[in-house]
Amino acid sequence: MSHSFTIGIFGAGKVGTALARLGIAAGNSVLVSGSPRHTHTQMLLDVVAPGAVEAGSAEVMVRASDLVIIAVPFAKSDEIDYGLFTGTIVVDAMNYWPAVDGVVADIERAELGNSEFIAMRNPRGRWVKSLNHLGYQELAEAAAEGTRGRLAIGLAGDDGDAKAVVSAWLDDIGFDPVDVGALADGRRLETGGAIFGRSLSRGEFALSLGLVES
Amino acid sequence: MQLGVYSFGSLARRADGGVVSSAQAMRNLVEAIRLADEVGLEYFGIGEHHTEPMPASAAAVVLAGAATVTKRIRLGSSVTVLSTEDPVRVYQQFATVDALSNGRAEITAGRGSSIESFPLFGFDLHDYDRLYAEKLDLLLTIDRGNPVNWKGTVRTDLVDAVVVPRPDSGHVPIWLGTGGNPQSSLRAGQLGLPISYGIIGGVPAKFAPLADLYRRAAAASEAPATQVRVSVGTPGFVGEQGESARDLWWNEWHHTMSELGRLRGFAPPSRTSYDRDTAPGGALFVGSPDEISDRIIELHSHLGHMRHFLQMDFGTIPQRDFLRSIELLGTEVKPRLEAALGVEPEVVTS
Ligand SMILES: NC(=O)c1ccc[n+]([C@@H]2O[C@H](COP(=O)([O-])OP(=O)(O)OC[C@H]3O[C@@H](n4cnc5c(N)ncnc54)[C@H](OP(=O)(O)O)[C@@H]3O)[C@@H](O)[C@H]2O)c1
Repeated sequence: MSHSFTIGIFGAGKVGTALARLGIAAGNSVLVSGSPRHTHTQMLLDVVAPGAVEAGSAEVMVRASDLVIIAVPFAKSDEIDYGLFTGTIVVDAMNYWPAVDGVVADIERAELGNSEFIAMRNPRGRWVKSLNHLGYQELAEAAAEGTRGRLAIGLAGDDGDAKAVVSAWLDDIGFDPVDVGALADGRRLETGGAIFGRSLSRGEFALSLGLVES
Repeated sequence: MQLGVYSFGSLARRADGGVVSSAQAMRNLVEAIRLADEVGLEYFGIGEHHTEPMPASAAAVVLAGAATVTKRIRLGSSVTVLSTEDPVRVYQQFATVDALSNGRAEITAGRGSSIESFPLFGFDLHDYDRLYAEKLDLLLTIDRGNPVNWKGTVRTDLVDAVVVPRPDSGHVPIWLGTGGNPQSSLRAGQLGLPISYGIIGGVPAKFAPLADLYRRAAAASEAPATQVRVSVGTPGFVGEQGESARDLWWNEWHHTMSELGRLRGFAPPSRTSYDRDTAPGGALFVGSPDEISDRIIELHSHLGHMRHFLQMDFGTIPQRDFLRSIELLGTEVKPRLEAALGVEPEVVTS
């Protein structure tokens, strides 16, 4: 990949720092916006994701990034300023997980996929659902192109150009991207689905979802 | 290296194929703790869980039952879901266990892996962060001694309050229990509290940067060296032979994880993933005494932990198998670890 990505990550938790490490390893510039409830995020990053930089503000991070990733608990995701995302490629890596998040009445009522629900917070964001289906420790097993056992990561979204960018980036950090369709099709990547929580190759992944490989 | 066991309680299978009552499960735990003490294990942690298959909801009460029939083993919670507890009551209970056990009680405060306690005790999950932060602060304030003065928002203020009994040593050890969120490691270090990692999947050695972060944060906040300790709890089971131990335990593990997966929307574990997770480097410490001691020694080279404790009673594992595993951990694994790493020194806190 000739273009080197700048990525911005909301959340310095398990998933956020795992992705930060993958980004750094792939030569990305990595910015992180940590929790409003915590201090010393840079100290944390220096140890667990050396090279990643705490963003001065969410706004600065969004402006500077080719794509941003939301990796905060679903139940707290309403704290983020979605107004910043107009025109921005946003990867939603969250799962709505009632056993951890509690029941969020709005999404139960909406009968939408998690990411469709989140995307309504700013319809002018360029939303892509991805990176939610594997545990953070499995995500760390990303591997170089052509490596045996490279893992598939699904992505779903309505903006084809945004998906192309996210696909290129996923490939860059060590995954085989599999396009599963529109944002509404992203429901197939969620909890309870055929591939959720499973480490699969691109072929197995496509087969499990009944997709024909292009 | 201290060795130990933790449990959320389990409904052991009986010879006739049925399972024991949840009341019998509590008696089984006391029997297990007693044996663990006899075979020289250093730690037993209980709860807190509020489900039918794992019914150990009241850790301190079980530990009090064990306190007067054991001599050396340390008795702790694993974990106390502090957000939905009353810290005054928690402290009173564990100080009482400490008294009855002549100074062997410990508290591990944490988030826990599930949220059943919120509706059960009438708390709103949306208040989670504030409840946790304030209640931890209150618990630590109480441990500093009487009179207790505390202000916050989650309960009325305490003004010159008296919390009794007091532990003879002056303190009940308070640990912070966490999974892999780096912010929790940072926080434990900043507070100068010992940290307990619950690692139930993936590659435990990958927690090394978190333990490093914890130690750096502790050093930066000038925490006393005696407080800077790392313990690790993982699933595990010891049998005479590695192969047969893994076969026996697979059914129990599969049972629990399928049940959990059904509730939370993930697929049941495959035997392939189980074989990977029970092999060297994985998170499930299931095998022969040689295998388990080698694996703990190997993990110790990454994390420098001073205590490793195993959750053995998954599924409906018969009590006999649970007890046998405890016995082997004490009689077979412990001597191997002592030979390799030396005897873990007593921690004297002031
Ligand atoms: N764990 C996994 O294996 C996994 C895998 C795939 C997807 N996911 C999904 O990814 C998301 C994150 O999971 P996780 O396991 O990484 O959780 P985590 O370890 O708890 O980390 C989430 C982090 O985000 C922080 N945060 C909360 N609100 C924030 C905000 N407004 N801005 C910036 N940071 C904020 C949290 O801090 P506080 O302490 O203040 O809350 C916490 O440090 C969840 O939706 C989860 O379902 C998880």
